[in-house]
Amino acid sequence: MKTRKFLVNSLAHVVLAVLSVIWVLPICFALLTSFRGESGSAKTYIIPRQFTFDNYTNLFKVGVGGLNYARWFSNTFIVAIFSCLLSAFFILSVAYSMSRLRFRTRKPFMNVALILGMFPGFMSMIAVYYILKGFGFLESGATSLFALVLVYSGGAGLGFYITKGFFDTVPKALDEAAYLDGCTKWQVFTKITLPLSKPIAVYTLITSFMAPWTDYIFAKVILGQNRDYYTIAIGLWTMLEKEFLETYYTQFFAGCVLISIPIAILFLLTQKFYTDSMSGAVKG
Amino acid sequence: MASDNLVKYSPPLNRDGFMTLDAVKYGDNITRLSALVFGLGSLLRGQLARFIILMAIELGYIIYMIAAGGQSLVNLGTLGTSLQNSVYDESLGIYVTTAGDNSMLFLLYGVITLLLTIGFFYFMAVSLRCAYVAQKDIEAGEKPKSFNRDLRSMLDENLHKTLMTWPILGILVFTIVPLVFMILIAFTNYDRNHQVPGNLFDWVGLANFQSMLSFGSTGLGRTFFPVLGWTLIWAIAATFSNYVLGMLLAILINREGTRGKGFWRFMFVLSIAMPAFISLMTMRTIFANNGPFNLLLQSVGIISQPVTWWGSPMTARIMIIVVNIWIGIPYTMLTTTGILQNIPAELYESARVDGASPAVTFLKITLPYMVFVMTPYLITTFVSNINNFNVIYLLTGGAPESLDYYYAGKTDLLVTWLYKLTIQYKDYNLGSVIGILTFVLMAVFSLLAYRQSGSYKNEEEFQK
Repeated sequence: MKTRKFLVNSLAHVVLAVLSVIWVLPICFALLTSFRGESGSAKTYIIPRQFTFDNYTNLFKVGVGGLNYARWFSNTFIVAIFSCLLSAFFILSVAYSMSRLRFRTRKPFMNVALILGMFPGFMSMIAVYYILKGFGFLESGATSLFALVLVYSGGAGLGFYITKGFFDTVPKALDEAAYLDGCTKWQVFTKITLPLSKPIAVYTLITSFMAPWTDYIFAKVILGQNRDYYTIAIGLWTMLEKEFLETYYTQFFAGCVLISIPIAILFLLTQKFYTDSMSGAVKG
Repeated sequence: MASDNLVKYSPPLNRDGFMTLDAVKYGDNITRLSALVFGLGSLLRGQLARFIILMAIELGYIIYMIAAGGQSLVNLGTLGTSLQNSVYDESLGIYVTTAGDNSMLFLLYGVITLLLTIGFFYFMAVSLRCAYVAQKDIEAGEKPKSFNRDLRSMLDENLHKTLMTWPILGILVFTIVPLVFMILIAFTNYDRNHQVPGNLFDWVGLANFQSMLSFGSTGLGRTFFPVLGWTLIWAIAATFSNYVLGMLLAILINREGTRGKGFWRFMFVLSIAMPAFISLMTMRTIFANNGPFNLLLQSVGIISQPVTWWGSPMTARIMIIVVNIWIGIPYTMLTTTGILQNIPAELYESARVDGASPAVTFLKITLPYMVFVMTPYLITTFVSNINNFNVIYLLTGGAPESLDYYYAGKTDLLVTWLYKLTIQYKDYNLGSVIGILTFVLMAVFSLLAYRQSGSYKNEEEFQK
């Protein structure tokens, strides 16, 4: 019996070891390639002959074909900041209205939101494109970035579910006590509910901040051909195109690693705030 | 004459019911006239500010309709009649292009005008209600609410109006108008042969749906149904492979004899740190024809020619599912770990007493329990996999192309096909039909999931 148990345990550990190698290997590959001194695309070996930081430093110089990583980074950053503020404002407003205020159009709104969520998101992309073009937003690169902010945050009000779920856990007794003291609903929202909802507010902010960094498709349609106004995701994709692949192969991985670090940190933060907010607003 | 002396029956003010109907039924003439002259009731009952706002809205709408709106509703019906033309200009001695009608803009403006008209009727109802409430106030011997009071109410009992206005405007402009526009396109012939501004397109009724679903020589059924089939196979395979394998991994890590649980978990969670679109692009390069994986196999001597992982339909499909497993399993492992620990220990105890093997225990206890608890989660994952654009587009872009298909590849999902048809090939009408059919598919599954969830069934009970 004991030997059998030992065998099973060893087998389990061997399987885990093999699996974790499979899971870690692509990451190691990306990491090692980003430090590779030899240029060009794939090699027959994984561990570079020569280690170098050049791939990282070169990212911040304008390279062949006008690929400008630093520029893409700041574009994405600006878009992310504005769209996260606007989205968070929309989401918190709608979520609070849905959770705490009672009015005739509340249930209908929730049903409409549910139905709208079922259409493929970019089915309306073409129409959005023409609307923005009609308003003259796509004439220059800078305004097309502004248009991208609107695209990311315009419909954000529909994504209120998680936040509403959180507001539902804030005890209504607190509101009622405040009403007895003569507070208006606005005061209850800003002075009681919001301060108790920091985890979900931060969660909302970070998730909307992260969206522009990982979105490919909307940015691709809105931003068109001008490489100076690309966001990170389309920029990195461009590096893999045939004409750039040989030159930018190692830099592509450097760019990926560089962008993964902040996103990973933000992701871990959202997880923390998500678990915090799932445990409810008021503990005990 | 006697009727003037009769006290007309009028029910008490009912704010929750159909107040607009009450206003028409029981309101006096001034109230009823407020439907035509916005804010009349408010003006005569001393609410000047309300009158100004409502009147401005009415005038604005009327001016818009006279200037442009009326014409754009007519245009919505015809979608344009005059074609772009080349006319010989004698004075210049060259051919000059005269601008024709732009069907696409006609459709867009038509949709916007329709929406403004709905808004007009909404404010008509608002005007009626304002007048009716003021009438009731006066009948009850009270003074109708002042504008200051109105403003203050926007932060109190009418807070929802303040909070919802901007989000709803955003949703209208960026979701509803585009969606209505695209749905209408499904009923036109706006394809590559009818591109604006050089050409016009027109209403064609249900013709696009017919051609999408028929197998005839011009029908797209021979593309649509295989793509739909692969979409469903993909969604099922991706959902269940991730679910079952992720759960097995969680069990493997959580089992009693495993040491260093935290370490193993960390190894798998590490891959989550890479954003999915980067993992996908990395995987695509790793398995490219001259990518590191092929070079490795060649240098070891297992294969002599590079394997075209993304080249043949079968390997490409399998690779997509495999890569998706690589990306998805860590997430499933994280979500299932907690639930696994909640399975009552007695169940396993009695299974062990009865001498059940681990496999039987898993199939008869763990799996049924987990499926029961996580059905809504499974359906949501399934639905989002139907629409999983990124995995397909960033890995294969739908390739390998197929000559049997209409501009679709063997690994294209409905959504990526939609994307190609609209963005690359400009067959907007077909893309729109696919979008509507995908919506029907998703609606069925989402409703299933939503009705199941406790948060829908007893929303109010949950709130304390």
